[in-house]
Amino acid sequence: MSGFRNIFDQHNWEEEKASIYAKTSRDVEAALAAGKRTLEDFKALISPAAAPYLEQMAQQSRRLTQQRFGHTMQLYIPLYLSNECQNICTYCGFSLDNKIARKTLNKEEILREVEVIKAMGYDHVLLVTGEANQTVGVDYFREAMQLIRPHFSNISMEVQPMDQEDYAALIPHGLHGVLVYQETYHQADYKLHHPKGKKSNFYYRLDTPDRLGKAGIHKIGLGVLIGLEDWRTDSFFTALHLQYLEKTYWQTKYSISFPRLRPCSGGLAPKVVMSDRELVQLICAYRLLDQEVELSLSTRETPKFRDNVIKLGITALSAGSKTNPGGYATDLSSLEQFEISDDRSPAGISHMLRTQGYEPVWKDWEEGY
Amino acid sequence: MTPLVIAGHTFSSRLFTGTGKFSSLPLMEEALLASGSELVTVALKRVDVHNQSDDMLQHVHHPQLKLLPNTSGVRTAKEAVYAAQLAREALETNWLKLEIHPDPRYLLPDPIETLKAAEELVKLGFIVLPYVHADPVLCKRLEEVGTAAVMPLGAPIGSNKGLKTIDFLEIIVEQSNVPVVVDAGIGSPSDAAKAMEIGADAVLVNTAIAVAANPVLMAQAFRQAVLAGRQAYEAGLAPVHRQAVASSPLIGFLDEV
Ligand code: SF4
Repeated sequence: MSGFRNIFDQHNWEEEKASIYAKTSRDVEAALAAGKRTLEDFKALISPAAAPYLEQMAQQSRRLTQQRFGHTMQLYIPLYLSNECQNICTYCGFSLDNKIARKTLNKEEILREVEVIKAMGYDHVLLVTGEANQTVGVDYFREAMQLIRPHFSNISMEVQPMDQEDYAALIPHGLHGVLVYQETYHQADYKLHHPKGKKSNFYYRLDTPDRLGKAGIHKIGLGVLIGLEDWRTDSFFTALHLQYLEKTYWQTKYSISFPRLRPCSGGLAPKVVMSDRELVQLICAYRLLDQEVELSLSTRETPKFRDNVIKLGITALSAGSKTNPGGYATDLSSLEQFEISDDRSPAGISHMLRTQGYEPVWKDWEEGY
Repeated sequence: MTPLVIAGHTFSSRLFTGTGKFSSLPLMEEALLASGSELVTVALKRVDVHNQSDDMLQHVHHPQLKLLPNTSGVRTAKEAVYAAQLAREALETNWLKLEIHPDPRYLLPDPIETLKAAEELVKLGFIVLPYVHADPVLCKRLEEVGTAAVMPLGAPIGSNKGLKTIDFLEIIVEQSNVPVVVDAGIGSPSDAAKAMEIGADAVLVNTAIAVAANPVLMAQAFRQAVLAGRQAYEAGLAPVHRQAVASSPLIGFLDEV
């Protein structure tokens, strides 16, 4: 088996962790001054030793982001199609062992949701489901995309990992990007958090970006769920994964997300709590490592935090999000996947962006090229 | 210094040399040996393919020297494939420096024909090292069709102008999963050292050695420059310090409650 798995297997979690925590201010200064930064530089920038350099990191991160992305901010919105799920994930409201009402949107319901999202001004949509292959499998996605595609320029998905052929089959129906978070790269802990269901297969998930790259998907989103394990080590592995993918599937774009564990029904208390300061450090470290990668921030974060970090490296924001199926029009009270912290409307976010000198971008894709 | 591996073959020298333009074959031989090089390109068009006792081949016949026939002179993919097959037969090696330059003035490589030929030659079992412009996208496309390395140019062949394409060479080095050999344009040992410092895996030098007043001494100078450049790369160059740009603080909000 070729692919990232080979590289992953050559790395040891504890050794990488120790090497991150052993970084000194000298390493951080060298990383800040370097032209092209390596993964060792990235380790220094996410290490505790970098804390006193945060302002400097932020200044550089802002400069690099503006140089590459200008003063624009991509807006996106999730459309939850289903909360059915055959997995147990200790941190998720949709987990199989949670006794909640399950719902999968039918065609009429999807179209009603689409109408509300379009009215907000969106032209890109992110389809989200749990993992229930019998009801919400590739056939369901194909049908949903056929319905949705006439209304949106760009469709992305954040659903269960699928086989390469399934991804390839959805591309002609408008699939542009796929987000698949590893949750954690700590193999033993991964098992603890995913005790049951298809998701408990660590390597099948780890191989997903390779399958996406081979299928020729345009954009791949990576990330870990912050709170499950040491975020610095998890982020190092994410960066390792990102660099491998950028070199291998060089025609693909990449994005990183930073979901911090949020309260949910039946939820687990985070093992590791990441402070706002640390999240800023991580965002800047990614930008200093990689000028091209898109960095996105969801409504899990508070308005004040979001208003400030958009200047520091973030290039995509969600706004007006509902995390329950039917949440926009059909079933306003169904149970959400996690609580959101920023409930401002897309118009409100758009206004905030403009007052900060940013142009909100609702559409950035056209079919055919 | 870490050894270089191309298609499973290990080289301890990262200096590759050419055999053109020397004033005599014995001088060429002496310079090649002085360079420490282990890979030597030979223009197929200069070899008498039907004669194993060809003069040129006699002078490069040393156990440490691996021959890399090149297709210099061909103008299309079709001609290149034909030349490659001739070379394989005559020189008993499936290694090939693929060069296709329809332009007789600057001998600039044709990217479209090169990609076509590379794809076909890989299928025919050749170890293909293509000579190309310093074009990062082309280099990735070549890697995808299975070339064993890429050989982007620093400047036009024989110009001795140095690394005119350095910004693109840096991108190629950063992105490549196969060895990057900077070929053409290297005019002085400092150019070679610079190419190695930015992370190139090897350099190929011909004119700068062959045309020097003292080719043997120049070959030694290149040998040391390549070594020094590689050592600097492996040691990790100290960062160039830039002045921090003072501006209003960005993270003040973190302290507000
Ligand atoms: S995280 Fe995904 S797979 Fe796990 S329970 Fe939630 S919806 Fe299901």
